[in-house]
Amino acid sequence: MIRVTRSAVIDAPIERVWAILRDFNSHNAWHPVVAESHIENGEASDQVGCVRNFTLKDGNHIREQLLALSDQDYVSTYCILDATLPMRRYVATVRLKRVTDGDRTFWHWESTFDVPRGREKEFADLVGKGVYEGGFEGLRAFLRRPRAAGPRPASNAGSMQTSGVVATSFGGPDVLQTRTLDARAPGPGEVRLRHTAIGVNYIDVYVRKGLYRMIEPPAPIGMEAAGVVQDVGDGVAHLLPGDRVAYAAPPPGAYVGVRTMAADQLVVLPDHVDDETAAATMLKGMTAEYLLHRTRPIRAGDTVLVHAAAGGVGLLLCQWAKALGARVIGTVSSEEKARLARSRGCDAPIVTKDYRFAQQVRQVSGGRGVDVIYDGLGRAAAAENLEALAFTGHWISYGQASGPLDPVPAETLSAKSITMTRPVLFHYTAERATLNQIAGRMFEALRQGTITVDLRHRYPLGAAAEAHRALEARQTTGPIVLLP
Amino acid sequence: MIKVYTSSVIDAPADAVWAQIRDFNGLPKWTPFVAESRIEGNQPADKVGCVRNFRLKDGGTIREQLLTLSDFDFQCTYSILESPMGVENYVATLKLTPVTDGNRTFAEWWAEFDCAPEREQELSRLVGQQVFQGAFDQLKTLFRR
Ligand SMILES: NC(=O)c1ccc[n+]([C@@H]2O[C@H](COP(=O)([O-])OP(=O)(O)OC[C@H]3O[C@@H](n4cnc5c(N)ncnc54)[C@H](OP(=O)(O)O)[C@@H]3O)[C@@H](O)[C@H]2O)c1
Ligand SMILES: NC(=O)c1ccc[n+]([C@@H]2O[C@H](COP(=O)([O-])OP(=O)(O)OC[C@H]3O[C@@H](n4cnc5c(N)ncnc54)[C@H](OP(=O)(O)O)[C@@H]3O)[C@@H](O)[C@H]2O)c1
Repeated sequence: MIRVTRSAVIDAPIERVWAILRDFNSHNAWHPVVAESHIENGEASDQVGCVRNFTLKDGNHIREQLLALSDQDYVSTYCILDATLPMRRYVATVRLKRVTDGDRTFWHWESTFDVPRGREKEFADLVGKGVYEGGFEGLRAFLRRPRAAGPRPASNAGSMQTSGVVATSFGGPDVLQTRTLDARAPGPGEVRLRHTAIGVNYIDVYVRKGLYRMIEPPAPIGMEAAGVVQDVGDGVAHLLPGDRVAYAAPPPGAYVGVRTMAADQLVVLPDHVDDETAAATMLKGMTAEYLLHRTRPIRAGDTVLVHAAAGGVGLLLCQWAKALGARVIGTVSSEEKARLARSRGCDAPIVTKDYRFAQQVRQVSGGRGVDVIYDGLGRAAAAENLEALAFTGHWISYGQASGPLDPVPAETLSAKSITMTRPVLFHYTAERATLNQIAGRMFEALRQGTITVDLRHRYPLGAAAEAHRALEARQTTGPIVLLP
Repeated sequence: MIKVYTSSVIDAPADAVWAQIRDFNGLPKWTPFVAESRIEGNQPADKVGCVRNFRLKDGGTIREQLLTLSDFDFQCTYSILESPMGVENYVATLKLTPVTDGNRTFAEWWAEFDCAPEREQELSRLVGQQVFQGAFDQLKTLFRR
């Protein structure tokens, strides 16, 4: 058996180094010998048991499985499942420790394995020098990499002026007006971002109307954006100036050019996700992820009903539910929306503008009804939803575009043993570890083409009121982004 | 129970640094705050269970017992028997690990102890900064290449 051990000190805080190394699929970003890599079966890259499938620049091909991952001890252990190299029983451990003297990181990398007789030295060198020492240098270079260019503030200290759209009071789209705002220097735990694209969501309408009391006007609205980190406050270790990031989180305040906000809800964007795509999918795509995988995991053979099937969340739900093996029924308000939904995995789009769909749903489901309803409509669709559900079905009420639901008496559920949930994305993403899992699976779904983004509505930030009018008039399909 | 953790990088090979610190009676040679030290009962300084009795430059006396000594792991664990610091159940470990990149040493020193709640902050700082980091700084100077 060969044992190879290498260690190094990396001149960056442990949180920063671990944020990269805990991602089992990050190595093609920083390791010089890795050419291409992906995680099999669309699993998250921090899911213990996931398999990374990669090719080296020399043409060799390796599959490795993640055996253990500890955010507590900063340890990752993995093994080779199969490789075009004659290495057997390869098990490796990466372990990080904090160097408190200078806030640096000690990185210990060790493995044991067998190779054919007589080739021990060749492989000990290949692993020790080529993979481990090469990896240390690769990660150092990655941490020093030239970052996205952009105007940097002259100093960390001052506040910056920016333009933003504020709700001047609660009301219709007209209350949205452009104002000059201050983006102060980031305090402890905060970063200052230059937004590159901002997502518009139906929740922005609820906030603007005052249905969700999340702001005190005048204040900017919006909960989703992508951008570039300008400067970071004390105690923020997972981000550096120049990082491309995105978020979907309260409090409102995203409709601005430059924003200072808490760092813990920011996710670093993979290279394959551009800024507009990120602004179009962080909130809607993570919503589709948790609705389909967490609120009520979808199984092949389920029949589901997606309301507003050509909408922002709707199109993503159709594609992803279909890919998971579900039969997808949808509601839309026009033939054109029906065509789009159909092209994105909706097997049976029902065209209705006045929330009458239960009879048709029963028809296309052979009289049985559906197992799950994704309901962003609320009040006007409630009675028909109960009618459209199968026995033991799930009514997932996750939005209220037609108005808030009236109270649902428990007896109406027992008529069919219906389960009802009223989930909110921000509760699922409240913990960073889960946020990273949800975002990671969503990015992977984008990379594999399981979901694609139909971005047709781009508005200048100053025209946010126009965007709201179109959204509320049911004129839009897919996501909407604002460009600062 | 309070935990204190301090770590540093010494610019010398781990076996050389270990040769310096494995001597349980050697504190005056490599720390800035110990005036003199002896092992009680004339025992060898690498006999597990031996007790070092040392006087600080500021006057206090401390007695510490060696609990573990590993030349294999470059690691040493000891407890405080008596001290003027006002700590209970104090156990500390000093451990070295080679850094192959540059042939240097990663040095870790951690302690767990109990004390009066109002003194937690002060004692954490004293142990982590003044004692552990202070000794590491002296080691870094001794081994400056
Ligand atoms: N709980 C959560 O975690 C969460 C997260 C994200 C989104 N949501 C909810 O998901 C739903 C979809 O959000 P989205 O941002 O992707 O919006 P969207 O679906 O792109 O737009 C809303 C759609 O709802 C339909 N609609 C039906 N009645 C309407 C009415 N009276 N007024 C306006 N629209 C009406 C329209 O489609 P048709 O014309 O085809 O009927 C419209 O296009 C919203 O209810 C939102 O609140 C919830
Ligand atoms: N939905 C379904 O599919 C389904 C199927 C079977 C049963 N159930 C329900 O499950 C529950 C248990 O059924 P079970 O047949 O096994 O009965 P059980 O538990 O043997 O008897 C009912 C128990 O409920 C408690 N209780 C508390 N307040 C009461 C009150 N005001 N009046 C009477 N009892 C009271 C009593 O226990 P303590 O004195 O220890 O408090 C009593 O022993 C019932 O509510 C039943 O309707 C539902």
